[in-house]
Amino acid sequence: MSAIAQKKGFGSVLWDWLTTVDHKKIAILYLASGGFFFIVGGIEAMLIRIQLAVPGNDFLSAGLYNEILTMHGTTMIFLAAMPILFGYMNAVVPLQIGARDVAFPFLNSLGFWLFFFGGIFLNLSWFMGGAPDAGWTSYASLSLYSPGNGIDFYALGLQVSGAGTYIAGINFLVTIINMRAPGMTYMRMPLFTWTTFVASALILFAFPPLTIGLFFLIFDRMFGANFFDHTMGGNTIIWEHLFWIFGHPEVYILILPAFGIFSEIFAIFSRKRLFGYSAMVFATVLIGFLGFMVWAHHMFTVGLGPTANAIFAVATMAIAVPTGVKIFNWLLTIWGGSIKVTTPMLYALGFIPSFVAGGVTGVMQAAAPLDYQLHDSYFIVAHFHYVIVGGVVLAILAGLHLYWPLMFNQMLDEKLGKITFWLFFFGFHATFFIQHFLGLMGMPRRVFTFVGDQGWDAFNAISSGGAVFMALGVIVLVVNIVKTVVQNKPAGTDPWEDGRTLEWAIPQPVPFYNFKRTPLVRGLDTFWIEKQEGNKEGMTYAEPLSDIHMPNNSFIPFVMSLGLFIASFGALYNGEKTWAVPVLVIGLAITVISMGVRSWKDDHGYHIHKEDLMDDKGGKY
Amino acid sequence: MKVGFDLAMMKGLKKWRLFSMLAALMFFLAACGQEQISTLTPRGPVASEQFNLLILSTAIMTFVIIVVVVVYVMALMKFRRSKVGEDTIPEQVEGNTKLEILWTVIPIILLVILAVPTVYYTYTQAEVAGMEEVDEEGNKTALTVNVNAHLYWWEFEYPDLGIVTSQELVVPTGERVYFNLMAADVKHSFWIPSIGGKLDTNVENMNKFYLEFDIESEGLKDGVFYGKCAELCGPSHALMDFKVKSVSREDFDAWVAAANEEPSAPESDLAVQGEELFVQNGCIGCHAVSAVGGAVAQGQGPNVATFGDRNRVAGYLDYTEENLKDWIKNPQEYKPGNNMPEYPNLSDEELDALAAYLMGLSVENKQ
Repeated sequence: MSAIAQKKGFGSVLWDWLTTVDHKKIAILYLASGGFFFIVGGIEAMLIRIQLAVPGNDFLSAGLYNEILTMHGTTMIFLAAMPILFGYMNAVVPLQIGARDVAFPFLNSLGFWLFFFGGIFLNLSWFMGGAPDAGWTSYASLSLYSPGNGIDFYALGLQVSGAGTYIAGINFLVTIINMRAPGMTYMRMPLFTWTTFVASALILFAFPPLTIGLFFLIFDRMFGANFFDHTMGGNTIIWEHLFWIFGHPEVYILILPAFGIFSEIFAIFSRKRLFGYSAMVFATVLIGFLGFMVWAHHMFTVGLGPTANAIFAVATMAIAVPTGVKIFNWLLTIWGGSIKVTTPMLYALGFIPSFVAGGVTGVMQAAAPLDYQLHDSYFIVAHFHYVIVGGVVLAILAGLHLYWPLMFNQMLDEKLGKITFWLFFFGFHATFFIQHFLGLMGMPRRVFTFVGDQGWDAFNAISSGGAVFMALGVIVLVVNIVKTVVQNKPAGTDPWEDGRTLEWAIPQPVPFYNFKRTPLVRGLDTFWIEKQEGNKEGMTYAEPLSDIHMPNNSFIPFVMSLGLFIASFGALYNGEKTWAVPVLVIGLAITVISMGVRSWKDDHGYHIHKEDLMDDKGGKY
Repeated sequence: MKVGFDLAMMKGLKKWRLFSMLAALMFFLAACGQEQISTLTPRGPVASEQFNLLILSTAIMTFVIIVVVVVYVMALMKFRRSKVGEDTIPEQVEGNTKLEILWTVIPIILLVILAVPTVYYTYTQAEVAGMEEVDEEGNKTALTVNVNAHLYWWEFEYPDLGIVTSQELVVPTGERVYFNLMAADVKHSFWIPSIGGKLDTNVENMNKFYLEFDIESEGLKDGVFYGKCAELCGPSHALMDFKVKSVSREDFDAWVAAANEEPSAPESDLAVQGEELFVQNGCIGCHAVSAVGGAVAQGQGPNVATFGDRNRVAGYLDYTEENLKDWIKNPQEYKPGNNMPEYPNLSDEELDALAAYLMGLSVENKQ
């Protein structure tokens, strides 16, 4: 990449990144922007822990603290975790299923730019009068009451980035259904592809309720509608339902791809086929399905009545069964294998106890009467950080090490990687384990300070101390990345040596058309099968060498997203500034005109002739 | 693949080991936290039932964790590449139906064990029919309190007794107290950790539940149970505390009788002057000084009839004259976003007088 950058000059490189429709480059865009937002969210987390390190602290003011806690949650979920996972999906899934790209490369680019502009819009609130302050859940009575424009930034920013997520979800569904190489039946798909598939289906059904809820909120705040204003016959509980009908599946949208990454890691670094593959697939689908049946367990204390609470309690407990199946299948995958503790494997091994701890506290909270105590206390803060950090973030860090050679043809430093792991892992448990007890001892969540001598002082100090170790771990990771990029040592094909699936069979760096010839998949872990049979090339092919049809780069996705970004400012300042309506109209016009250009101007892409392909050596381009 | 290993492993987990661990766990949990605020020291049947569910679920989950950890550690010890050899290619096992059925069925059984008491208590703790029960003369047999949550303060109205108080709830011990919960402005949540779980105060509909206090609060630190707002409600959410005094039924009846009397006249000259200032400055427009009456409208302030009986200023500051005067001068500094206007122009003498008056307002002294 860098070699080409020197030849091409800055302008054309930038243009290339702004217009790219290549899933591998979009993966890097997702990873870089998600990584940026991860750092932003992490800084917000550190501010939170500094504020709570001692009782009665005045490091942050009450209002500012609420803005930071809101932005921490929103950023980490929508702008860090999901995009980074999308980055891995983009980098890996097409290669894993033997495709040359995703089904809709143009939409892939559009999805990214919508997310990017939505995220930037949301974060601009810091510089334009204050960030949202009603929590990432933004419950309606408080979000309607909240003064300033913070909540408007939240609603509009998430609406724009949510559209991007939705587009990406549809794209992966279609890609996985239609673009699998010959022989890649559903029951031969690697687990990461399976979990991407199910997570995309969840996006398909979970995001519309959020979109509707956000539109209601936007209409209420900007145009005086009364969906949630109870004094005018509205109802705030509707927001809670809409939010959690989205919000609970969202948890699985995050954790299922994480499961997928760990499934790959356990198999690779145990040199063993994933134990109980079909049960794993079934469990994934079942978790995805049940994920839609349990949203009201976030609302046990709302007063829905004992029947609703009992039903949702039992339904929630049921999710523990397929999740448990997965845990035991992973354990039995490493059982009898040949375990090599690389950095990704270290993360996977750290994930098991962390996630089990987060899972069991989830079951405890499913017991509705017990949840009356645990809900909105620090116990729940501990629980969801055990699930999200112990599950999703560990998967993101594991995936970073695992897929870095695939994305950049370089290996991250293993030694620094392990240092990061131990700092982060220790810091994570030190920060959050103790918070279970803070909750049980009566400390509510989302408090900007607490009065001393209620039995919480020492535990809060320990928790803040742990956060320092997490931050140190991330700093070492950044050093690692910089060092690796500067050294730029090619990693080569199958860098982990025990790769099992198609993405590891491709020569490095991956050619922009991925596969010269579409491979033939002869079973689960097809690359492993070829290697065991002594196939040096690592692939059997399904077709003779022929021309490859490729999509053209396009600037339109960027412009379309930019239009919505501009229009959002118009909507935000509607009624406050005279220029608001013209800006809204101009922004929407930019988007609609670019949609028109895309629709009426034919873009057939281009072909790479097979003679040009033949000239390639080792995938160089 | 050996199927026997996990059976052997289960045998290894002798029962007594689990029980002694549980005993240790309970001991550890009970040692955590302070009696007046911790869910781990339940002081009422509702919290006790919830605590029992906590122990039951923790026990089940500890069992699960132990099983996972044992398999995990054994696998890690036995199957490291350094142990099995660099070039070993493990057998590519597809699965094992018996094992997979085993680890599907056992969790289901464990969950059923947890689900039964969960469903049972979900229904019993939602039981509020007792609220409407009347004796032969048509009087309510149980005490009902209407809790109205306002931006950063709590109002407690006793509809059947014709009195109202704020910030500090007074209840009798040893009987079910029923609560009607509602928010006046934005959503809050009503939580007394040692007595029972929380229930939200919604803006559009009333929630009902009951709590019961086993012990009198007098022996506790500060002589009160601590109550909290548990739903993010704005900048000062963290400061929206309240306190609960649980007293014997006799003491409660005496308190109610005293609260029904007109407030006694201020005793000192300073307090008399304070009373005048309280009226002149318009404080009285928002803050009633008599406990007789009902709920106030949104935007009005807490009833101060029991101000002299409180153990906190503004719900969370130490109960000192200094804090009270600071609060009156600049309420926004102590509870950002609250609805009380600032009174920066009051002189020190005027503040002294106001403080003397407010701190002399007491129901308990009349008992």
